[in-house]
Amino acid sequence: MKPKHIEKDVVLYVDGVSVSFDGFKALNNLSLILNRGEMRAIIGPNGAGKTTMMDVITGKTRPDEGVVEFDGSIDLTKHDEAQIANLGIGRKFQKPSVIETLTVYENLELAITGQRGNWANLFFKRSAAQSQRIDELLALVRLQDQPDTVAGSLSHGQKQWLEIGMLLAQEPKVLLIDEPAAGMTDAETERTAELFKELAQHYSLVVVEHDMTFIRALNCKVTVLHEGSVLAEGTLDQVQKNQKVIDVYLGR
Amino acid sequence: MKAGPITQFLTEDKGGQRLLLVILALSIYMPLAHLLLPSDSMFYVSSYTLTLWGKYLCYGMLALAVDLVWGYCGILSLGHGAFFALGGYGMGMYLMRQIGDRGVYGDPVLPDFMVFLSYEKLPWFWLGMDMFWFAMIMAVLVPGLLAFVFGWLAFRSRVTGVYLSIITQALTFSLMLAFFRNEMGFGGNNGLTDFRDILGFSLQSSGVRAALFFASGLLLIIAYLVCRYIVNSRLGRTMVAVRDAESRTRFLGYRVEWVKTFAFVASAMIAAIAGILYVPQVGIINPSEFSPIQSIEIIVWVAVGGRGTLYGAVLGAIVVNYLKTWFTSHYPDMWLFFLGALFVVTTLFMPKGLVGVWGQVKDYIAIRRGYQKPGDGTASQGGA
Ligand SMILES: Nc1ncnc2c1ncn2[C@@H]1O[C@H](COP(=O)(O)OP(=O)(O)OP(=O)(O)O)[C@@H](O)[C@H]1O
Ligand SMILES: [Mg+2]
Repeated sequence: MKPKHIEKDVVLYVDGVSVSFDGFKALNNLSLILNRGEMRAIIGPNGAGKTTMMDVITGKTRPDEGVVEFDGSIDLTKHDEAQIANLGIGRKFQKPSVIETLTVYENLELAITGQRGNWANLFFKRSAAQSQRIDELLALVRLQDQPDTVAGSLSHGQKQWLEIGMLLAQEPKVLLIDEPAAGMTDAETERTAELFKELAQHYSLVVVEHDMTFIRALNCKVTVLHEGSVLAEGTLDQVQKNQKVIDVYLGR
Repeated sequence: MKAGPITQFLTEDKGGQRLLLVILALSIYMPLAHLLLPSDSMFYVSSYTLTLWGKYLCYGMLALAVDLVWGYCGILSLGHGAFFALGGYGMGMYLMRQIGDRGVYGDPVLPDFMVFLSYEKLPWFWLGMDMFWFAMIMAVLVPGLLAFVFGWLAFRSRVTGVYLSIITQALTFSLMLAFFRNEMGFGGNNGLTDFRDILGFSLQSSGVRAALFFASGLLLIIAYLVCRYIVNSRLGRTMVAVRDAESRTRFLGYRVEWVKTFAFVASAMIAAIAGILYVPQVGIINPSEFSPIQSIEIIVWVAVGGRGTLYGAVLGAIVVNYLKTWFTSHYPDMWLFFLGALFVVTTLFMPKGLVGVWGQVKDYIAIRRGYQKPGDGTASQGGA
């Protein structure tokens, strides 16, 4: 049981979560507490379980054991992907995954918050507020000049940005972002870090990344995962001095 | 920027507009030519031709239904012939009851095959089928309900890809076996035939033939517009998202199983309407319509015409069946080989089907000239 007094400040509560694939423990008694409005960076070697952790939180993978709670006391292990998304957890995938055959605008329109049922969807008309929000997001992710471009023909970095735009269109409370800087130029990476720091003022964020310059720019608490559990937690400087972390990850 | 579904049809769907104009012209010209012109006129349309083309229009509607679910939602149904056949049986039951006491055995209520099989009274599911409106509602609702139950179970359990295709084949195959049995009460292996009247008018009369043809054309046009509205709506784009990135769509908060069920049911009901129109024109419905090969042929029509375009599917159905008519009268044994070859050639050389050939030629010329537009001409809406 988690202590009652922290409940109101905690938006995501992961405790003692284990997941195994054919006997291989991808997550091993993992715990993580994310406060409301907090930004958290997650680092760790390949195969540490970072993506699997996001799979568990977003309902893609069911944990073998452990507690996953959201926003007070919503048990996420009892909901599926669509429900969790609608509860307010948005996710950006490691591999950029926008809908490649739809245009930039259509991708954002699909993601924009609102009714998701079939009938509402069949007779959907953008409200003025939704149109405005899409325009804002287009500008934010710097795709305002190509709303009608098919998403499949964007550059890798632009796809990452479009996906971030879609994530924000969903108006989630928590954003889970897997390797946002992968495939971005240095300039793009820098801009992305700036954007995230801005987002951290309105949302709770979990950012997985390998790029240390990027992590440093985020300037937030860092959690190091290794073999499915937390190896260390603290500021980037503390973590970088930690001998265990140097041995398994940074030193290599 | 993105316009509404109707504006989008008017401004973007040139292929569809052309197709609808041709169909409209045919549905007006052919019945009138059949009714009004002397039979020695060059422009006369014989009842054989009229019936044949009426059949093509029904197949066009069936292909449209399959394209909605396969082309846009990525569900490769190899069992859509079942919904077509069920719609056809619904119409067949009505037509049987219209025969009344004019059957060979002269029973006022029981169709001949029931008298022959010594039925005492009409099975419960034949009740009310003498009323046209009721029979038509059932002929659309029953296939729709079957699609709903089947789709919901399959999509909720996340059965996809080859597995889904296989169970749709199993569905139509088991229905075929069931309908072959006399005990099912649908005329067993002979099916339902020897129809006489529809709404009190003789099916043999020119007027009724002409009217049925016109109705087929008109309903095809309406079905096209409904499908176009669906695919142009945000639900249609959600279907495309499900087709291309199913898991991603879930994380956007859409219930993929419901999106698929919607597409599947809408498609099944359109297929059923096609079956309803088909039966009075060809004069028979029997269990062979359920045979798995029939459902596979529909896929070939859609692929040949151009998957994910709607108008391509209709065109494909008409072209392939036109060829089939020719083959089966000249080289009947060769048809299946030809059909197979057609499918292979399409997949290898015309991935966008007949309607994509023009674009392919343009791209080819552009490449030969040594330049290509940025974003390239192949990124057309709906793509593979
Ligand atoms: N569906 C699955 N079936 C089997 N094994 C899996 C599955 N998903 C993940 N794994 C395994 O679990 C381990 C953790 O994978 P995960 O993708 O979470 O690592 P990661 O920390 O995201 O690594 P990377 O930095 O490479 O993205 C890996 O060894 C991976 O092979
Ligand atoms: Mg990963």
